[in-house]
Amino acid sequence: MKVWVVVAAAGAGTAILKAAGPLLLHGRPMSPRAQRMLSLLAPALLSALILVQVLGVEDGIRFDERLLGVGTAIVAAALRAPIWVVVGVAALVTALARLV
Amino acid sequence: MKAMEQGYRHGARAILPLIVPVIGFGVTFGVLAREAGMGILAPVVMSATTFAGSAQFAASSILGVGGGAVAAIVAALLLNARYTPIGLTVAGAIEGPSWLRFLRSQLIVDESWAVATTPEGVDGRRLIGAGLVLYATWVTSTLVGALGARILGDPATLGLDAAFPAVFVALLVPQLAGRRPRLAAGLGALIALALLPWAPAGVPVIAATAAILVGWSR
Repeated sequence: MKVWVVVAAAGAGTAILKAAGPLLLHGRPMSPRAQRMLSLLAPALLSALILVQVLGVEDGIRFDERLLGVGTAIVAAALRAPIWVVVGVAALVTALARLV
Repeated sequence: MKAMEQGYRHGARAILPLIVPVIGFGVTFGVLAREAGMGILAPVVMSATTFAGSAQFAASSILGVGGGAVAAIVAALLLNARYTPIGLTVAGAIEGPSWLRFLRSQLIVDESWAVATTPEGVDGRRLIGAGLVLYATWVTSTLVGALGARILGDPATLGLDAAFPAVFVALLVPQLAGRRPRLAAGLGALIALALLPWAPAGVPVIAATAAILVGWSR
């Protein structure tokens, strides 16, 4: 149930965000400040998501094998590796570290 | 009529080099969303209705760690907030009556917008041609990933819990050109770190959006 609420609301909300420009604001430009701040949403959110998923556990913070995996992913991404390589090495390194 | 068709086809051709990475991305989403407990159908419907990779990954990852529906929805919509300014740059190039403009605007994603942007502005037909190809590819590859996920086995022993943050790393790195995006990314991570030990799941990520205030002054 929860899954479908998320799917429906994310779909409807995204449709509105995408259509807002072509439908409602037809040609009226946004202020430079608003544009600047909106363009920073993605980097701020993505880095927060990374941090939460690398360190987060149900009851707080834990440093574990995920750190090694994602560290490798950062190196791969900085070398402009394709996305499935970045994801693949992260999973592989994490899995291997758990075996050791 | 001829020129119109040519515009669509031009866009469809321009997007072809990006198809293989999009397939990889879509299959990855299908696999991870299923591991996050979304089943098979919901990830596919999400790809067909939300049609925006990073937001879909964000929502399903929050669900996967037991976060609430509101946190997942807010995170997805904040990540898609960029489509409003992007949509503004396209506004003049999308033609037709309102309902058609609404449908066509759904084909705006980062990649279709990128290949449709020319020095003279955005080419609306190119955007639609590229967007249709991307849409079909994205939905199909999500289905393939969701169906194939079970073959993989236990997510923790396979290191799949590190796969979500790795996806976000791959999405973040190209965004870090320039001082201000880096500052926003660093501050966002700091806010999340400060809240993570005690705030409810999902809140640290949403609070991290306060980092966009580094764009307040020029």
